[in-house]
Amino acid sequence: MSWELSDGSDIRIGVFVCHCGTNIGGFLDVPGLVEYSRGLPNVVHSKDNLYTCSDNGLTEIKKAITENELNRVVVAACTPRTHEPLFRLVCREGGLNPYLFEFVNIRDQCSWVHMQEGEAATEKAKDLIRMGVARAALLEPQEEIEIDVTPCSMVIGGGVAGMTCSLNLANQGFDVKLVEKESRLGGLLNSLHKLYPNNMDASNLVLKLKEDVKRNKKIDVLTLTNVSEIEGFVGNYDVTVKHGGEDERYKVGTIIVATGAEAYRPEGLYGYDGEAVVTQLELEQRLRDGGLEANSVVMIQCVGSRDENRPYCSKICCMNALKNAMIIKEANPESQVYILYRDIQTHGTRYEDYYRNAREQGVVFLKYSPERRPVVEDGAVRVFDELLGEELILPYDLVVLSVPIVAHPDVNDLAQMLKVPVDESGFFLEAHVKLRPVDFATDGLFLCGCARWPCDIGESVSQAYAAASRASVILSAGRVVAEPIISFVDEEECSGCGLCEMNCPFKAIRVEETERGRIAKVIEASCKGCGMCGAGCPQRAISMRHFSDEQLVAQINALTGGGL
Amino acid sequence: MGEKPVSVLVIGGGVAGIQAALDLGDMGISVHLVERASSIGGRMAQLDKTFPTNDCSICILSPKMADCFRHPNITLHTLSEVVGVSGQVGEFTVNVRKHARFVKEDDCINCGACSAKCPVKVPDEFDAGLRSRGAIYLYYLQGVPPVMTIDKEHCLYLTRGACRLCESICPRDAIDFEQQDEEIDLDVGAIIIATGFDPFDPSVVTQYGYKRYTNVISSLEYERLICASGPTGGHLKRPSDGGSVEKIAFIQCVGSRDLYHNPYCSSVCCMHATKEAMLAHEHDHNVSSYIFYMDLRAAGKGFQKYVARAQRDYNASYVKGRVASINEDDDGNPIIIYEEVESSEPRKMSVDLAVLATSLVPRNGVEGLAKILGVETDKFGFFKTDPFSPLDTTRPGVFACGCCREPVDIPECVSQASGSAAKAAEVLRG
Repeated sequence: MSWELSDGSDIRIGVFVCHCGTNIGGFLDVPGLVEYSRGLPNVVHSKDNLYTCSDNGLTEIKKAITENELNRVVVAACTPRTHEPLFRLVCREGGLNPYLFEFVNIRDQCSWVHMQEGEAATEKAKDLIRMGVARAALLEPQEEIEIDVTPCSMVIGGGVAGMTCSLNLANQGFDVKLVEKESRLGGLLNSLHKLYPNNMDASNLVLKLKEDVKRNKKIDVLTLTNVSEIEGFVGNYDVTVKHGGEDERYKVGTIIVATGAEAYRPEGLYGYDGEAVVTQLELEQRLRDGGLEANSVVMIQCVGSRDENRPYCSKICCMNALKNAMIIKEANPESQVYILYRDIQTHGTRYEDYYRNAREQGVVFLKYSPERRPVVEDGAVRVFDELLGEELILPYDLVVLSVPIVAHPDVNDLAQMLKVPVDESGFFLEAHVKLRPVDFATDGLFLCGCARWPCDIGESVSQAYAAASRASVILSAGRVVAEPIISFVDEEECSGCGLCEMNCPFKAIRVEETERGRIAKVIEASCKGCGMCGAGCPQRAISMRHFSDEQLVAQINALTGGGL
Repeated sequence: MGEKPVSVLVIGGGVAGIQAALDLGDMGISVHLVERASSIGGRMAQLDKTFPTNDCSICILSPKMADCFRHPNITLHTLSEVVGVSGQVGEFTVNVRKHARFVKEDDCINCGACSAKCPVKVPDEFDAGLRSRGAIYLYYLQGVPPVMTIDKEHCLYLTRGACRLCESICPRDAIDFEQQDEEIDLDVGAIIIATGFDPFDPSVVTQYGYKRYTNVISSLEYERLICASGPTGGHLKRPSDGGSVEKIAFIQCVGSRDLYHNPYCSSVCCMHATKEAMLAHEHDHNVSSYIFYMDLRAAGKGFQKYVARAQRDYNASYVKGRVASINEDDDGNPIIIYEEVESSEPRKMSVDLAVLATSLVPRNGVEGLAKILGVETDKFGFFKTDPFSPLDTTRPGVFACGCCREPVDIPECVSQASGSAAKAAEVLRG
């Protein structure tokens, strides 16, 4: 059986089998595989190399392309994960479209996993090579797609994270649209009194940032403004914002979510009344105004967090309580301050000292368990201290509740506009919790600060710079180069049902009104080629470039001997 | 005065240094990545899996290492260290000493023939000394650059003038005993420090019997023991007798939150131990784990849920209290002596294996590096940064990210690394 290309010439495949030193050659019969490949359909050249990826090996591939008029190259070697880009490059240098290359993995999938069974592993390698050759015959040239990027970023949220991020991008030379829904910049920081761990006035930090933002000509600050619609894709987002009842539209290359979060309101918990039982934030206002008169203060940690409704730890509340406890003690050393806690969260190199200082200043720490929570009664708090193993009765003038940071109630509106996920607590979900902490899965969208997860100012600032860096990568390039392994819609077959749009995790396909009715269009710059749209398409109108049904069926038939 | 430099120096090739280099490289800025070891990868490469997703650590790291290796804007300098810095922000000149590898990087094809025949056996640092390697060796399987290195402290030829077996075996003539250390000058606009951490040596906490009792090991040793590419192929066996492990005690805050050693909290150990308990149970469902802790610090994203999962599905129990001491019985079982919080009574627990959660301390040698760079360290030896400008060191144009400034987990490292890249870009472009 021999295939013919559309221009009438033959398919001519070259197969290169790698010894990978002893990694493959030590276990598989590599010369046998070369011999076997030679007998496969369309294979006109077959050769082994000690190291296909060495200069010698690569030169041989280029030479073979010319001398044997190869129009497809198959390499059977280590793993495409590290080496596919290299071999594609060599094909290009040899005058072949890089997508006419097929990788067969016989190290990870044969020699490494079947070290003890060389013969069987060699047979498996033959199967894989036969499949690779069958697919190679059907490969088509593909072209990479390039799209221009608008060198401007929108930052949503004007708190410490949003301002920091905007300033960095502006100083790198990019235009920034900073959108804030309130009338002034500053976010949650505007409500704070002092900042741990050095008791700096919160207002100092805010004023400095606001001043820098105001002076920076690259930053366009839009206060009292809400985002109402987001269209487009990486490099080319169209954002509509509402300001004073008017719609304004901006074209931006990237969008950074820095919308922050808010404090939980502990309605109905521990007798919360905003008078004798207040939140830490309300306490800070009293401390700032200088109106606190209390000789005995009882602080309760984890109020509304680490429970069934909000299972998470809000991270910053222990430090915040320590800070306010010490401010009270410093102003009035005779006062009694108790902190009822579950686990004190004073991680890192700075915060343990703070904890020790609080103890030395006489702040009393009592550990309670979630099974026996403290009870706030008239004038006294009853608490069972786990370490003492006793119930204590603490008279109070003021009870202060440490409540968690919670997502804004309107977080889902923004998430839907961006088509990005939030977790069950309403915090935005990043692309990868470990290695892509400030990226969304959708290209060109980033996040930082408390919109992602409760964090303190230092972490917010780090993340803000991180988001600026990630955005700068796209803005600096000036254009987006997309791999051609993406979806392709057969417009004749498409019924415009919109299932693909719903299935797409990357917002990369959408149904548009055209002269011929509703038809799905792929946004090539955003598509990752995952195939979700194609798998779900009831009309089978969507296929994947470079992974066509024909190619995959040919591979399966090559394995099973046909029938599919 | 010439043109302003357009490069950035990144010191340290762990996950933080790699991320900083990749971001800068992708912005079109050229980067010199200097790494003291023979391969990049750092501590993350030594971990088996990572919390809270239990992703295989090297599997998610190695594509980034490969990207670094291939990146047109990144120059790797492994086996190298910074020995001098002059100039100022925007125009530093950095003197880098590149140690001789005695193997030609461009010719070595990493076939392994040399290391298989090397007559020398040295404890393998990457595997926490749990197995041995030759004097010519690959730092680890996925190491980058993927080439051999000769350890000049142990090579017979370089120490005693005789052997050269590797040279005669090498099919590519890649061995070069004539190589000399060389020094190069790099002009850079900004510097990012990402030197990471060392694990604290728990043998000084004498009451826990580390090195005295074979079945008391450190958490890094445990990572290698349970890792498929580790010395036991991932089978968790008792170091003393190779027997099976069914009951494990994880001892938290070893060297941390301890006024005699490191008063600070190392931030990652509570979650690290939780993960290690889960992995043991994944390997063998009969395993039960006891985590002895002071305050459970599970404040990061998804951490409380992870702890709940460990308790519910992986036989992990959390025991509040600092362990007083560890003894050993006649069968080599560690005996954990602790105070039970509910009763305030002293208790004993016999286990098959005890794992010490050692604190994170600054990398050895950073004191000298700080002097060379002209930056201050804090009282613990970490690079000093401001709480609200967390990536700035005390010298303009020099930034710090990851565990060299304070113990942090991987996502925080990665954030800080990207953040440092943004700050360095600001210097170059501002």
